[in-house]
Amino acid sequence: MKIHIRNPRLIDPRNGIDTQCDLFIAAGRVVGIGNPPVAFHANQTIDADGLIACPGLVDISARLREPGFEYKATLESELKAAVAGGVTSLACPPDTDPVLDEPGLVEMLKYRAKQLNLAHVYPLGALTRRLEGKQLTEMNQLMEAGCVGFSQANAPLTDTQVLRHALQYAATFGLTVWLRPEDAWLARGGVAHDGEVAARLGLPGIPSSAETIALATILTLVEDTGARVHLCRLSTRDGVEMVRQAKARRLPVSCDVAAHQLHLTEHDIGYFETHCHLKPPLRTQRDKEALRTGVADGTVDAVCSDHTPVDDDAKLVPFAESEAGATGLEFLLSLTLKWAQESGIALPAALARVTSEPARLLQIDAGHLSVGAVADICLFDPEHYWKVDPQALLSQGKNTPFLGLELPGKVRWTLVAGQIAHRA
Amino acid sequence: MHASIPPSLPDAERLVDALTAQLRPLLGQDPALVGIHSGGAWLAQRLRDELGGDIPLGALDISFYRDDFKRIGLHTQTKPSNIPFEVEDRHIILVDDVLYTGRTIRGAMNELFDYGRPARITLAVLVDRGGRELPIEAQVVGARLHLLPGQNLELLRDGNGRFSLKLHEGS
Amino acid sequence: MNNPQLDKNGRLKHLLSIEGLPKDILTQILDTAESFAGVSEREVKKVPLLRGRTVCNLFFENSTRTRTTFEIAAKRLSADVVSLHIGTSSQSKGETMLDTVNNLVAMHADIFVVRHAQSGAAHFIARHVAPHVHVINAGDGRHSHPTQGLLDVFTIRRYKPDMHNLRVAIVGDILHSRVARSEIHALTTLGVPEVRVIAPKTLLPEYVERLGVHVYHDMRQGLKDVDVVMMLRLQNERMNGALLPSAQEYFKCYGLTPDKLALARPDAIVMHPGPMNRGIEIDSAVADGTQSVILPQVTYGIAVRMAVMSMLAGSGE
Repeated sequence: MKIHIRNPRLIDPRNGIDTQCDLFIAAGRVVGIGNPPVAFHANQTIDADGLIACPGLVDISARLREPGFEYKATLESELKAAVAGGVTSLACPPDTDPVLDEPGLVEMLKYRAKQLNLAHVYPLGALTRRLEGKQLTEMNQLMEAGCVGFSQANAPLTDTQVLRHALQYAATFGLTVWLRPEDAWLARGGVAHDGEVAARLGLPGIPSSAETIALATILTLVEDTGARVHLCRLSTRDGVEMVRQAKARRLPVSCDVAAHQLHLTEHDIGYFETHCHLKPPLRTQRDKEALRTGVADGTVDAVCSDHTPVDDDAKLVPFAESEAGATGLEFLLSLTLKWAQESGIALPAALARVTSEPARLLQIDAGHLSVGAVADICLFDPEHYWKVDPQALLSQGKNTPFLGLELPGKVRWTLVAGQIAHRA
Repeated sequence: MHASIPPSLPDAERLVDALTAQLRPLLGQDPALVGIHSGGAWLAQRLRDELGGDIPLGALDISFYRDDFKRIGLHTQTKPSNIPFEVEDRHIILVDDVLYTGRTIRGAMNELFDYGRPARITLAVLVDRGGRELPIEAQVVGARLHLLPGQNLELLRDGNGRFSLKLHEGS
Repeated sequence: MNNPQLDKNGRLKHLLSIEGLPKDILTQILDTAESFAGVSEREVKKVPLLRGRTVCNLFFENSTRTRTTFEIAAKRLSADVVSLHIGTSSQSKGETMLDTVNNLVAMHADIFVVRHAQSGAAHFIARHVAPHVHVINAGDGRHSHPTQGLLDVFTIRRYKPDMHNLRVAIVGDILHSRVARSEIHALTTLGVPEVRVIAPKTLLPEYVERLGVHVYHDMRQGLKDVDVVMMLRLQNERMNGALLPSAQEYFKCYGLTPDKLALARPDAIVMHPGPMNRGIEIDSAVADGTQSVILPQVTYGIAVRMAVMSMLAGSGE
């Protein structure tokens, strides 16, 4: 299959390209930029007038719900949602049932994902068995099975001795540990930011200090063990500041935020809107501004969807009883564009946060469009606004706090390894 | 007596005099006056002053007894009913300004019976305008008029306590 | 954001919380309750207003006392009353809360009185019931208990009619109290110029001052010259733990005793939503003393609940 993409605006953040030029694809790879290779005869020409071509998005946190939670979503439904959102590579956390703590499970997941021939799937292995925070997993074998990092997902790891050992063991093999900084005791029972809205609605709160205390512990242990740690889903201003200082001290840490955190605050909970029940909780306007600044100045390396499809029954209950999370794969591009627009960020810099930077964190060869690279490409119309209609989402999870909103950026074509995976 | 649309409304003050004269013979039965909020309550108060002295006086707000609650809901302004005497075995003179369909009187009698069982109820109204929808009649009447369904007769009270009648044409 | 409590004509459709209710609606509820207060003193303590309507008390959390006052109020309005204690039984059978509610709607319930341990439960039900059904929140988690808040301000208005010239102190576990939140919103909406909360820091929510109250930690300072003292119940499970060391120490610091009450204005009234913990948040000498209006609160509670039900039932389909 040879494809000629005619006249898009090509944005490739890693290679510093932002120009109007044609793209040529053959045998699943990019074979020409600007000019075709000799004797190139396209089977298909895509007219990309008015579209932006960028590397397929790399989402470092998307729950696919398989195995174990097929009533919430399936591999097939969520990978279709991924390519519909322009996402061609994604990392999935290990909180499935059973937990991804055995090489066989990881191999099966990778195999099944590959059969579907949609987005590339990179599992994160469990850091501890059954995510119980007690016994380490066989990280070395899990890595060989295809795990790109090791994570506790949202499960607490309260025993700091286990945490220290996990970091030491991971450092031995140069593995990256992914941790969401949240003190389990301070977060216990909490469902919303411990602030004005929680006080008004009578919801149990999670204070900002739950994040900063956990960060202080983790950063101290990083310094102590030399382990490389990726900090997931920062939510507070002080948390961003701590990471900024840690990076200035050249600690081997990176971090991400969920795209919805750049747009929502505790006030969006309104009258107990369960779609705004999220982990970590939506915080204040001041926190939101600090997260935006952090993404802009590079303190925050990547923006992810934190895609969490939840079934209706788990959201149709009182707020505190509802399951946390929002569907996100089909929103990652639009929410990134909206942030860039509102914060005056140039498109290449904004797109780097969802392409080249997350690829670097995962240490995978993706997120760029050099000649010879795998042709994972997203073609989108930046001028098209779409209205969020849950029934039109491909994800099985219809749970979104952006219901009814108009968002910028419509994905027209998604190519995975040179094949057309999505067309709209 | 059986005029169609009256060229001019009767003088309310004269009607008060007429009512007073008709009620005076009943005083021997030790009655109590109960006015229906709001025009009937003004009138009952005035009648007690005219009749002289110590007749017990009460007032009813029949908001909770209206039969059109399901259609129009509760009035935004309700006043507490106030019956500061025993209703049981008492002769009650129920007073209202205008008698029309009879539904207000039905509500008032229902409410009255929730206070006790009166020995007797006499209905006194300033104007009977016709148009009854229930088998209710007044024993003491100041004037009888024949008004059209859309018309609405209202009792007004000025700063000096003087009464007058006002006719509103239907919308 | 639409106010889920009002219909499109601005009339009360559900009573879910005091917050968000305009002052004129609060005043209308209190005025209507005045009229109903008289009904309770008559030989027949009943009016025919809700004849043919069905009020369903839906208690996911037990409270004999609140349920009883709602039952009496509904019966005095001539409604048919069904009371269900749902507890955890039908929920553990796999039936969701919405299943339970929709079953009762199918049986033609007109008004739901809902009590639930989770904040927002009444909002949730109101959002998902058929449009002709009305919901009254009888307490949801820590969030709101609007009829309690209303009966408290009704009581205050009876004893201290000039609301614009009052100092009110609310004492105790503000953090976990739906009653306190409702009282605060009711008092500030009705124009009470100074509302104080008195509690240790462990029993106050973050940013409580944004609700428009003055914060005191010392009860003797907080009670100085107040006109109304509203005590809150301290739940048993909070008495010994990380929030408070012991009931004895709590009583010493925050229990209402005659000598502490003496710091308030001489004609100050003392209130409590019940049930009281004598000797923990309130001394018996105060609870049974001349300044206590705790029993009148209970009586007025029925009139206030009658007013709310009749206003909802009259707001149409």
